[in-house]
Amino acid sequence: MAEAKSPSGVSRVLNAAWVRPFLFLVVIVVAWDLSIRLFRIPAYQIPSPGDVVAVLWSDWPELLQQSWPTTYATICGFLLSALFGIPVAMLIAGSKTVESYVYPLLVFSQSVPKIAIAPLFVVWFGFGIIPKVISAFLLGFFPVVVSAVQGFKSVDPDMVDLARAMQGSRFRVFCAVNLPHAMPAIFSGLKVSVTLAVVGAVVGEFVGSNSGIGYVMQRSIGTFDLPTMFAALVILALLGVILFWIVDRIERLVIPWHVSQRDDIIFAS
Amino acid sequence: MKPATQISAAGQPAAHLRLVSDRAEGAPAGITLSGVSKTYRTRDGDVPSLRPLDFTINDGEFFVVVGPSGCGKSTLLKMISGLLPPTSGEVLVDGEVVTRPHGNVGIVFQNALLLPWRNILSNVMLPIDMKGLPREKYLTRARDLLKLVGLEGFERKLPWQLSGGMQQRASICRALVHDPRIMLMDEPFGALDAMTRERMNVELMRIQRETGKTVLLITHSIPEAVFLADRVLVMTERPGAIAAIYDVPLPRPRSLESMSDPVFTALVQQIRKHFFTQGTLD
Repeated sequence: MAEAKSPSGVSRVLNAAWVRPFLFLVVIVVAWDLSIRLFRIPAYQIPSPGDVVAVLWSDWPELLQQSWPTTYATICGFLLSALFGIPVAMLIAGSKTVESYVYPLLVFSQSVPKIAIAPLFVVWFGFGIIPKVISAFLLGFFPVVVSAVQGFKSVDPDMVDLARAMQGSRFRVFCAVNLPHAMPAIFSGLKVSVTLAVVGAVVGEFVGSNSGIGYVMQRSIGTFDLPTMFAALVILALLGVILFWIVDRIERLVIPWHVSQRDDIIFAS
Repeated sequence: MKPATQISAAGQPAAHLRLVSDRAEGAPAGITLSGVSKTYRTRDGDVPSLRPLDFTINDGEFFVVVGPSGCGKSTLLKMISGLLPPTSGEVLVDGEVVTRPHGNVGIVFQNALLLPWRNILSNVMLPIDMKGLPREKYLTRARDLLKLVGLEGFERKLPWQLSGGMQQRASICRALVHDPRIMLMDEPFGALDAMTRERMNVELMRIQRETGKTVLLITHSIPEAVFLADRVLVMTERPGAIAAIYDVPLPRPRSLESMSDPVFTALVQQIRKHFFTQGTLD
């Protein structure tokens, strides 16, 4: 209780960035527990937080093992959506013709519910990792494209003219002006994409799989094992948060100059 | 119409201050426009932007264009830099017809347009990177230019850490670093406050004297035009055409006191009349 004696120490801990969401989480869990007790909700409808924690505690080796395939599929799908999404966005932003052909179709394809076509991938690619990767990729792809197109298009035309007037080749101008300019938008797309890729991987596991967190959820719903199902949800949420955090860290490294990161730079003039 | 002759006498800086590389003699220096016009094709039909223009900007001259907004001044600038082909006629820079970006220009826009991820020094070095010239060779020159505009010590700063006036000075350095013959400036001080603007005018005049560049500057401000220019070209409303070209017989070097010279005020009055009969100056 060293902090308790110095109020500045306590307030510093309370104000630390990671403590706030944690405190909020505690509030939510307490409210959850209280409402179950108050409204006498039976355990087969909503399990109490205690039961969920108990499952997390006792089954963690099994849950951890099952979360690897999900993580793997999510990361592969996410990387694929970045790998394909950014070049597609470059083409769409760079050419009016490509845009008029591809963009409407892309939006159209986005309106097709992925969960409805996920069983098709099982038919085509079997029960392995591939259908999950594709499902994660399909969900993560669209936000990357939309944000990156926005980023590439918002370059000041005067800036491009300026670089072109210096006899910069198209490639040089692109690397020096367009690409760095689009980076903040690309990263905001990637952050949305990475969380959606988790959803995609789980959807893939729902429709046909014998491993992964999605499979655990499916199985536990079948047996009315709600604490396990909620424990799987907690794992999924954690997975999303961790991946999001990693992308956020990379963003800080890649675009330290951006307005959103400026408070880190000490103004010295 | 005789070009201002006093520039060569008073505007010649001491040899050690000249940042101009020696140019091969022979070719007619300067910018020549013969019958240059521009018409934009849009879905609603052709929109004429510039009527055929004929004029010459001499080597080392400070040439200022004033005109109402939308009269095709920026189009003019893009055609001289080779970014935009004219619909008819041809642009000659140092005797050669311009068909594509020739790199012999430095451009300054209303906004400084510094790349936010590059520090001031590497922003100034952008033309060198674009042209693929050896960096080491031009680094000293970039530093010298920053010193010339009073930005020594700011090389490692990022653009947003500088004030608007300082950013615009850095962009002037960027326009000069590859040692072009010509500086094209599109309302370079339009975004600055009145006091900074006056200071920048004096500074630009000094930079032009010290470097001996040909400057084509576009502005909305008639006093600014008269204060800076050897010659002022007045344009009509869209589609742009030449209304008149005036010699500015004010002696150089000029200071802000020149603005109270009767010659100055008379010329400003005369140019202003063009816009009162035509409409308004934006």
